[in-house]
Amino acid sequence: MKKVVIGAAALVTLAAGPAFAQQSVKIGFVSTFSGPTAVIGNDMRNSFELALDHLGRKMGGLPVEVIYEDDQQKPEVGVQKSQKLVESDKVNFVVGYIWSNVLLASLKPVIDSQTFLISANAGPHQIAGSQCSPFFFSTSWQNDQTPQAMGHYMNQKNVRTLYLLGPNYAAGKDMLGGVTSTYKGTVVGEDLTKWPDQLDFSAELSKVRRARPQAVFVFYPGAAGVQFLTQYAQSGLKGQIPLYTAFTVDAITLPLQKELALGVPGAQQWVNDLPNDANKKFVGDFRAKHKTYPSFYGAQSYDAANLVNSAVVAVKGDLSKKDAMRAEMRKANYASVRGPYKYGNNHFPIQNFYLQDVVKDADGNLTLKTVATIVENNQDRFSRECPMNW
Amino acid sequence: MLLVLEQCLNGLQFGLLLFLLAAGLTLVFGIMDLVNLAHGSLYMVGAYFAATFTAWTGSFIVGALLALGATLIVGMAVEVIAMRRLYGRDHLDHVLGTFGLILFFNELVRIIWGPAGMSLQLPGWLNAWIEILPDLEYPTYRIAIIVTALVVALFLYLMVMRTRLGMLIRAGASNREMTGALGININLLYTIVFGLGAALAALAGLMQAPIQTVQIGMGENILILAFVVIIIGGIGSIRGAFIAAILVGLIDTLGRAFLPDLMRLFMSSRGASQVAPALSSMLIYLLMAIVLVVRPAGLFPVSNK
Amino acid sequence: MTAWFTLRNVVVAGLLIVLALVPVYASVTGNAFLMTLFTRIVILAMAATSLNLILGYGGMVSFGHAVYLGFGGYAVGILAQEGMASGFLQWPMALAASALFALIVGALSLRTRGVYFIMITLAFAQLAYYFAVGLERYGGDDGLTIQRRSQFAGLINLSNRTVFYYLCLLLLVGTIYLVWRLANSRFGLVIQGSRSNDRRMQAIGFPTYRYRLVSFVIAGTICGFAGALLANHTGFISPAIMHWTRSGDLIVMVVLGGMASSFGPLIGAVALLVLEETLPPLIRLIAFPFVEQPVALKISEYWQIVLGPLFLLVVLFARGGINGLLKAVGRD
Repeated sequence: MKKVVIGAAALVTLAAGPAFAQQSVKIGFVSTFSGPTAVIGNDMRNSFELALDHLGRKMGGLPVEVIYEDDQQKPEVGVQKSQKLVESDKVNFVVGYIWSNVLLASLKPVIDSQTFLISANAGPHQIAGSQCSPFFFSTSWQNDQTPQAMGHYMNQKNVRTLYLLGPNYAAGKDMLGGVTSTYKGTVVGEDLTKWPDQLDFSAELSKVRRARPQAVFVFYPGAAGVQFLTQYAQSGLKGQIPLYTAFTVDAITLPLQKELALGVPGAQQWVNDLPNDANKKFVGDFRAKHKTYPSFYGAQSYDAANLVNSAVVAVKGDLSKKDAMRAEMRKANYASVRGPYKYGNNHFPIQNFYLQDVVKDADGNLTLKTVATIVENNQDRFSRECPMNW
Repeated sequence: MLLVLEQCLNGLQFGLLLFLLAAGLTLVFGIMDLVNLAHGSLYMVGAYFAATFTAWTGSFIVGALLALGATLIVGMAVEVIAMRRLYGRDHLDHVLGTFGLILFFNELVRIIWGPAGMSLQLPGWLNAWIEILPDLEYPTYRIAIIVTALVVALFLYLMVMRTRLGMLIRAGASNREMTGALGININLLYTIVFGLGAALAALAGLMQAPIQTVQIGMGENILILAFVVIIIGGIGSIRGAFIAAILVGLIDTLGRAFLPDLMRLFMSSRGASQVAPALSSMLIYLLMAIVLVVRPAGLFPVSNK
Repeated sequence: MTAWFTLRNVVVAGLLIVLALVPVYASVTGNAFLMTLFTRIVILAMAATSLNLILGYGGMVSFGHAVYLGFGGYAVGILAQEGMASGFLQWPMALAASALFALIVGALSLRTRGVYFIMITLAFAQLAYYFAVGLERYGGDDGLTIQRRSQFAGLINLSNRTVFYYLCLLLLVGTIYLVWRLANSRFGLVIQGSRSNDRRMQAIGFPTYRYRLVSFVIAGTICGFAGALLANHTGFISPAIMHWTRSGDLIVMVVLGGMASSFGPLIGAVALLVLEETLPPLIRLIAFPFVEQPVALKISEYWQIVLGPLFLLVVLFARGGINGLLKAVGRD
């Protein structure tokens, strides 16, 4: 009896997602809020909330309601949560997605229900190419763009021999592939390490030392970035062979990497000291509220909120006008924290990439700083495979 | 040639770290017949304690010693509160119960220390490198790990073979009932053994912490490897754990180091860089499967009740 | 006749009725997500029931059972990717692939017992997982999107959610019936006897290794079938489904629900998945009058801290799982 009662109560709780008339803008936010990578999800949530605060928690006159869902870094959970958001909560927009595999799994149910999906981080090449969709927009980048920019930079610096290191999963291979697509020198060695189990890079670092390349390119997101830099320094390579990175040093890992990250440049489409007004407000208010710098994950989430807002304002709150919302979003007509940018035909940004480096700020804290612009108005190389044209 | 030597040192260091973790596991399994999945949680707790105490006291050595003591206490507490009720039950009960403990410890650590993980900085003198041979520099800290682990292994050997406690441990491993019947306080023995296992796990955890990080769930992946080690070595045998751990460490490291190049002899570079990582991940499990098929009780089985 | 009317039987009957009526309720309230959730529950219950055959009755703790979900799913996914969307080809392949792998793993693993068996099944699970991660052509770690459900040339339209749900429910009931018949047959009694005392069974003259191998293959094949259904349901397959922690989830379902009982795995699957969905909002609801919103939010995110000790308590005191509890309460 008890089981049936509990089961029925559960059913009622779940079914309590009524479908009333459009009284608010409902946004579903899918990210990771549990486990070691929860820090990223929290940064995204804090940034998204800050954006909503800046907007007065209204878009086009309608109040905004956000439902945060945890994907637990698992594709199956991500797709389930995404389905819940569109089918049960009937959200108007789904935002978020840190991980490429979670996004790829969740894409179909959201797109099939004709709900807009804004990716605030993941940028797998499939969605930039053959699987592009009129209901998908990115406020981040396509995975290959950032390492490609790094490849350009290394050419500019006349790096003749290079060793590549990265984790053996799809994003890792994308990163190394992105570098090799633009780098013009010789790759003297390439190692893909077991992901996510392998935390000890001693074997690979020994090989790097023997190969004596002019530089090393590395992609190790999150905690792995901390481990790698620590071991790189201990192996004595830090002073000897320069390191170039993508997504390995960011505002979240920097407090753990500390001085080890000094002098380790990375490529990024946004750095927290970009000199536009929107960015100054974002970073300033974020620091005041949370006492830390926001990461690029946060910046992309902040932009996603404003992108959605631009669409809602354009249709004056009538969210059934999806074509009009899409037309407005295509203009990227909002104050992005990375500065103005345009959208390619596949709804991925055409944007600048900067070189970031680690320095000490006025208070003696370690922070990221823009050193140079590597490429301007860079478009990803998969846009040609996307059949959309507008 | 020097590369091979350097990789062998890497493999040895990894193997010895595995040994510290596996030794505690095989002790507990051999003596109490307890499958303890939460052993990885004690490894994690040891690392977190070390990071915290080092930050408080400013000294890595003091922090490490305090962490060992703290984890010893936690281990004994866990034994008294939870593990005692699992003795004599089915292995499945152990697996499930300790699986529940893993979830519990992960959440507890998250509540106390937050989700972001911690870092543990080494003192300057350990953060350097030594020139072992001309043109072969090796990080000082990894040499320290090798030396420490060997010393602990020697201490364990002496303790198990030459002291009264060790004799009781060996007796308990061979025949539990008889040992109890002889009037030995089995409860106290078990608590001490479990605490010792916890301390060994903590040592492994805090030693790898400066090189890697201190993260929630960090014990789970290495726990599987520790189980592989004790299966290959033979459950209950510390000597078996030692040999198996070195073997696993060397195979894993040398595999990672040389397999891609080996594959490139047979196939294209692109193909090799796809196949090699998958293959080197599988090596250790292949080894365990082969050992189990050929010698189902492991390489150095403890002769049993 | 009154023997039928126990608490446990009432609960099980009630559960089956609820399951049968889910599509009706979903269409009345317009909540399509309920269908999604319960289809998933039904499919995983099928996988858990197959595990129960070897775990509950046979005492074989396989930490690699989720691998067959992967084999079934990848059979569907790979064939779909290569342009062969016909269910008549995909589903038999799923069954065949799972059966073959189960045969190989079983033949090697069943020579061992106890924790050795656990570890070697785990090793094979990891091997399969890393192999799938290396399958670059089929997405590797990113996984594979399956654009269309298995096609059956007009005989049955799996894209219709209600039809698909009832198909899965039918297959679940069929699996429960099959496992029940097997467990209570001579075959099943040999398996159970082998769990209690293998040596004695061999002394009586049963070639227990062969019996256990057959049960292992049957369990793996059924689980492969569930995998094909799951791939159709989520439209996606990735190596993550084969990770040893997913096998752990299945084991939890079986144990929580009640090992060696026909409906135990179903009860366990329902309990676990409903808990996962309702525990956080429930905690928020309960905490709401006492603490502020953000604190309640935080507390509900830590819900897993309850789950851990819960397992331990079930293991220590509720050995027969929920099914056992219902029986015990019903008796009093």
